[in-house]
Amino acid sequence: MRHSACGCEIDDTVPHGGWADATPAPAAAAVSGTCLCDLAVGDRARVSEVTVPEQPALERRLADLGFTPGTEVSVLRRAPLGDPVVYGVCDYELCLRRAQASRIHVEFTATALSTDAA
Amino acid sequence: MRPEAASGATQRLPRLALVGAPNAGKTSVFNGLTGLRAKTANYPGVTVSRSVGTFRVGADRFLLEDLPGTYSLEPISPDEQIVADSLSGALPQAPAPDAIIAVLDATTLRRSLHFLAELLRLGRPVCAVVTLTDELAYRGGLLDVERFGRAVGIPAVRVVGNRGIGIHDLERAVTGWQEWSRPVLTPPDDPRELAAWIDSVLDSAGYRAPDTHVWTARLDRVLLHPVWGTLIFVAVMFGFFQVIFTAATPLQDGIGDLFAWLGGVVDSSVHVHWLNTLLGDALIGGVGNVVVFIPQIVLMFLLISILEGVGYMSRAAFLMDRIMSKAGLEGRAFVAMLSSLACAVPGIMSTRTLPSSRDRIATMMAAPWMTCSARLPVYILLVGLLTPSGSRFGPFDARGAIIFGLYVLGAVSAMLAAWVFKRLGSRRESSMPFYMEMPPYRLPTLRSVLLSMWESSKTFLIKCGKIIATTSVILWLLLNLPIQTQAGMQAAGVDTSSPTAVTAYTMDHSVAAGVGRAIEPVFAPLGFDWRIDIGVLGSLSARESFVATLGQVASATDPEDPGHALEHLTYESGPQRGEKVFSAPTTVALLVFFVYALQCMSTIAIMRRETGTWKWPGIAFGYMFVVAWVMAFLAHTLTALITGGL
Repeated sequence: MRHSACGCEIDDTVPHGGWADATPAPAAAAVSGTCLCDLAVGDRARVSEVTVPEQPALERRLADLGFTPGTEVSVLRRAPLGDPVVYGVCDYELCLRRAQASRIHVEFTATALSTDAA
Repeated sequence: MRPEAASGATQRLPRLALVGAPNAGKTSVFNGLTGLRAKTANYPGVTVSRSVGTFRVGADRFLLEDLPGTYSLEPISPDEQIVADSLSGALPQAPAPDAIIAVLDATTLRRSLHFLAELLRLGRPVCAVVTLTDELAYRGGLLDVERFGRAVGIPAVRVVGNRGIGIHDLERAVTGWQEWSRPVLTPPDDPRELAAWIDSVLDSAGYRAPDTHVWTARLDRVLLHPVWGTLIFVAVMFGFFQVIFTAATPLQDGIGDLFAWLGGVVDSSVHVHWLNTLLGDALIGGVGNVVVFIPQIVLMFLLISILEGVGYMSRAAFLMDRIMSKAGLEGRAFVAMLSSLACAVPGIMSTRTLPSSRDRIATMMAAPWMTCSARLPVYILLVGLLTPSGSRFGPFDARGAIIFGLYVLGAVSAMLAAWVFKRLGSRRESSMPFYMEMPPYRLPTLRSVLLSMWESSKTFLIKCGKIIATTSVILWLLLNLPIQTQAGMQAAGVDTSSPTAVTAYTMDHSVAAGVGRAIEPVFAPLGFDWRIDIGVLGSLSARESFVATLGQVASATDPEDPGHALEHLTYESGPQRGEKVFSAPTTVALLVFFVYALQCMSTIAIMRRETGTWKWPGIAFGYMFVVAWVMAFLAHTLTALITGGL
């Protein structure tokens, strides 16, 4: 359910959530891969790409807010009805709606489980 | 001493622009420098307010412009467009600033550097003001402000705005604005090179990012929890209204008593009839109508300032965002809707925090339907006429339940209106992305809370005070002119020794009565007779005046409690002659009319001020009047069907 509403193309064979690193991701994942809106609370990821072809200004704005390639993002909490979500980026907290978060492609770095363990 | 210098200075003061991200502490730097001598106005043609102030350091005077908060110079909203245009000198009537003061939040320095890099690329002198260094230190972060300035190549000053620390350093820096050092290398535009530039600056400044704010994390775990967070939110809102409507009551009663006493003094000491009614009814009554709301309004602004200052407002907006999105709005519009429950004027003013002008317009067009406190006296009067006290709907008091229902009707209608206006809005502006910073919880200083409360209350009271006092006097004139002579009244068989009879006769033959009768056909389908029409007409300036006007119109002995007299008011002519005017269908129609009609000059004036054109207040008044009439007609017909069928 988390995948379909998001708006970005997702290969459903790429697992999300707790066990991502257990299964090697297909090569395509690097490009279309996971987007920020797919992450669960507690997950961490690194921004790989921000693309909003129809709204270059938004692409630029997301970069100005700190979502630049290589930046680490963590998912802090979800609003009661599932949207929006608070993310930690560049040492501050920002909430985004699903529509914007789906434009930020990320690579998994840590899951909720491994963060808890650490 | 130096007249030529003085006259030259007023012509061309050095212009400084204050720019920075929202929440960076721009306002406290602005207040610290200008000492609250700011003038607020609108930028020509757009819905963005600008504040400009002057300040003096030694013999030098400066003009300081506080630009709206923004994260970038690449505008995606009209408000941000203003910042970009203002800095590039593209605004008419406002030349480009000579120098820029960039306010940077030390706790989010990495992000702030993206913006600083853009500012430096403009090529104007820039001075960095680093704020919130106290919080940075508290959270285990490190920053050497002087080395930071050297790394960027510009002067950098540490200012803790709300405590006044560093303002003097900033003043000293400002006097030498012509000699500010410029960066040797302009920061790169390419994202990867920019990231490297940011890393190197932070590195040379000995920057260590702050740890997570421990208390913010702890509090958010509860306050933003899906279950607890929602419950606490409901409790906070409940408490908000409890305070506004309950805690303010004793104060309001006190003020009401004071004005009643003043009215009594006038009544017993002024024996000229016309002067007596002018002072007693129009001025004291009219001004009293506004003053009585002061405790409520000030308390509401105080609570909003506190919630805003500690950072709970963004949390409330976060929790409400999903629901607001159903109306096509965003979480921040919720704050405007919330304020509108006390009064639409502060509600409309608070739409300034909305980044999208389309959202602002939609919110403004909807906000007047939120049940404001001015409707309450009218509802209490009319619901009192409709249902005998003590009657119940199940376990609930019937009157309370009806009033609650009217609140719900208003809120649901407001959301629908917002949705419609959002749909109708211009297609040119592409939909605004929603992003909102969640600032750490902060303990605002008493000064900053009181200041923000005072600023909002002052604007509100001056606006409304003027309008209500003026309309009260105009209404009084209309109700009392032409002047009836003693002889004329005696000839008409009026007992001139009874003030009540004199008032009744004067009013019956007044200009207002003429107007009321002239517009009677408009409201006749709703069951209103000309006396109600006068009340409705008067209430177009301010809703709450309806109660007092009806009191005057019904010649009630106690104008503050016209309920009893109104109950026995009957039609004077026409097919319904002798029937009660306030029958169930008419009363319900009136209630519904008051839910929807835009009867508030202050709201119209503030819409004009905030949008910079008469178009939007005109549209609002027009559509609300039509909806009010149609809904009241439906209510009248339905109620007549139900009560007639019984």
